[in-house]
Amino acid sequence: MTEFFQSLGMSYEWAWGVATIAGILLIALPLMLSVAMIIYADRKIWAAINLRRGPNVVGPFGLLQSFADGLKVMLQETIIPSAANKGIFILAPIVTFTVALAAWAVVPFSATAVLANINVGLLYILAISSLSVYGIVMAGWASNSKYPFFSAMRAAAQMISYEVSIGFILVCVILYAGTFNLNEIVLAQKGHGFGIVNGYFFNLLLFPMWVMFFISSLAETQRVPFDLTEAESELVAGYQTEYSSMSFALFWLGEYANILLMCVLNALLFFGGWLPPIDWAPLYYVPGIIWLLLKAFFFFFMFSWVMATVPRYRYDQLMRLGWKVFLPISLLFVVLISGWLMATGHYGAAA
Amino acid sequence: MSVAQLVKSFTLWEFVKAHALTLKYFFKPKVTINYPFEKNPLSPRFRGEHALRRYPNGEERCIACKLCEAVCPAQAITIESEPREDGSRRTTRYDIDMTKCIYCGFCQEACPVDAIVEGPNFEYATETREELLYDKAKLLANGDKWERAIAANLEADAPYR
Amino acid sequence: MIQTIAFYIFAVLVIASAVMVITARNPVHSVLWLILAFFNAAGLMVLVGAEFIAMLLVIVYVGAVAVLFLFVVMMLDIDVAALRAGFVKNFPLGIVIALILLAELVLGLSAYRVGAIELGTAAAGEAPAMVASNTGAIGGLLYTRYLFLFEAAGIILLVAMIGAIVLTHRPPKSKRGHQDIGKQVRRNPDEATVMKQPTVGEGVEL
Repeated sequence: MTEFFQSLGMSYEWAWGVATIAGILLIALPLMLSVAMIIYADRKIWAAINLRRGPNVVGPFGLLQSFADGLKVMLQETIIPSAANKGIFILAPIVTFTVALAAWAVVPFSATAVLANINVGLLYILAISSLSVYGIVMAGWASNSKYPFFSAMRAAAQMISYEVSIGFILVCVILYAGTFNLNEIVLAQKGHGFGIVNGYFFNLLLFPMWVMFFISSLAETQRVPFDLTEAESELVAGYQTEYSSMSFALFWLGEYANILLMCVLNALLFFGGWLPPIDWAPLYYVPGIIWLLLKAFFFFFMFSWVMATVPRYRYDQLMRLGWKVFLPISLLFVVLISGWLMATGHYGAAA
Repeated sequence: MSVAQLVKSFTLWEFVKAHALTLKYFFKPKVTINYPFEKNPLSPRFRGEHALRRYPNGEERCIACKLCEAVCPAQAITIESEPREDGSRRTTRYDIDMTKCIYCGFCQEACPVDAIVEGPNFEYATETREELLYDKAKLLANGDKWERAIAANLEADAPYR
Repeated sequence: MIQTIAFYIFAVLVIASAVMVITARNPVHSVLWLILAFFNAAGLMVLVGAEFIAMLLVIVYVGAVAVLFLFVVMMLDIDVAALRAGFVKNFPLGIVIALILLAELVLGLSAYRVGAIELGTAAAGEAPAMVASNTGAIGGLLYTRYLFLFEAAGIILLVAMIGAIVLTHRPPKSKRGHQDIGKQVRRNPDEATVMKQPTVGEGVEL
């Protein structure tokens, strides 16, 4: 894109700056739109499994429901509790939302469509997703109310616990791909399964890792079996209890942007990202972004499906799963996979 | 732990089964009715919005016996009465506070002349509280509006009384 | 040009937020300023081309250590006034510590100017040639030249971790009230329930 702006007669620096801003808008605006649609899809899928119809009044098939909700929320009054810590109270939703958007900078939508093709892309995503806990903790503390505070405590412990196992699972992928760059990780998956299937999930050593990554990403985004931070039967609405109007909407948008990011990560790391599912030439005529979005939507469907199926975990069970089950198994698989790679001579001499 | 249980727990078999079940339900026909356009059938005994009925010749049925006022457990009904010019006893005031009413149906049970009834209408939400303080004119108007449905319901229920 | 601007922005923000860490009256605010300082330090590291270290700084310090800090500080009920009360009494001690730190800084910097001390394993020979990514470069150095130091650091951390577990772990006091989740999960309907067909007028013998 930089070349295009340079051809308009700008100097390189200016062209780069304008191209970056254009790229940010090109990602952020459709992202907001897709978040709105994904909330609608979430409600529809959930309703369908419950034998309900879901939103179907606003617009054709209720497609505009999220926009109606957004408008309603925007017209509400922003209430700041008098005993709240005002600065942090306002900052918290902004942090959540910004962090949710920032992670998208390194996501490759196709071989060339990536805003920042950096070498440590996966580490960047891990770093950014570890920041998302701050919005929740700050909100819980600044509300100066006991249920949001409990929720913040739970969120902090839960997200740290599951980040550990996510880290080890990512190490497994990195060992196979030999790079942190997301685009190269996608390319390394080309023809991974018998030279036909694009994706690491076809590997017997990596399939269990994918299952664990999927479950951990549910915990990381606080989706249903692990949504203890907003367990309404215990904590009212969790950390967002005291929020209203746009600050509430920012939490909402940030949460769903994070969920979408996790869906895209599932697709990128284990299911071949923007590559077609089968390594067969005619499929490559379909643009990569369509494959990626299809895969991401499939994972989103799974997120909703899980939400409609399983009940909430108890908190001690959640911690047990994270520390006593996922952590040892993922550590074992790091050893197994590096051993396998060494044994098959995949690795070693080059580095 | 037996081998079968070990295999089951590591393949998350219970979860797989549960998700297969919910996926089956995902494709089942939906049971929600499309409310403002479709409605559920109502029982003839349904107790909805109140109405004061009239005789076919236009004379109001209520004789101001105040049985309904007496039986009302929520004390939502207020009646005042005095003789009309022709000497018959009639109400001058018949108010129902719909915000108090608990829709128990005792008033229509108590009424000796089937004047006060709870009709089949349940869609009378209002924007202000005051609109829910019904007076006699409103109740009579309701009776005129819903007379056909109310009469049909009373007839359908009559064999069981 | 843009690097210079970015450097000054990050540097000023690091120093400013570090000052705010000390001066903020609310301990939670202090931790949040500390996080901002970490974050800007990571920015500085990106500027010098050490993106791997920068990301690790964010993941480890901001993502884990500072969250635990915040976790603890939020739960504490710190009375700021009581803390200030000791200010005058502890002032001389503070001055002494500050002087020692200053002396150490000066000593360290002047020693560094003379030349770096050799801590690596001599036997490993030359460090591998610079690899394209700095992840590879760090790995190359850690696993050849500084292998011994790296492993020693690992052992020390392991000992610290085991020590912490030994200090805080206590066996469950009684069997009663102790849940074995594995046992609960293993139960199945066949062994947990019995079907009975009681006749009318008689209870169920269990």
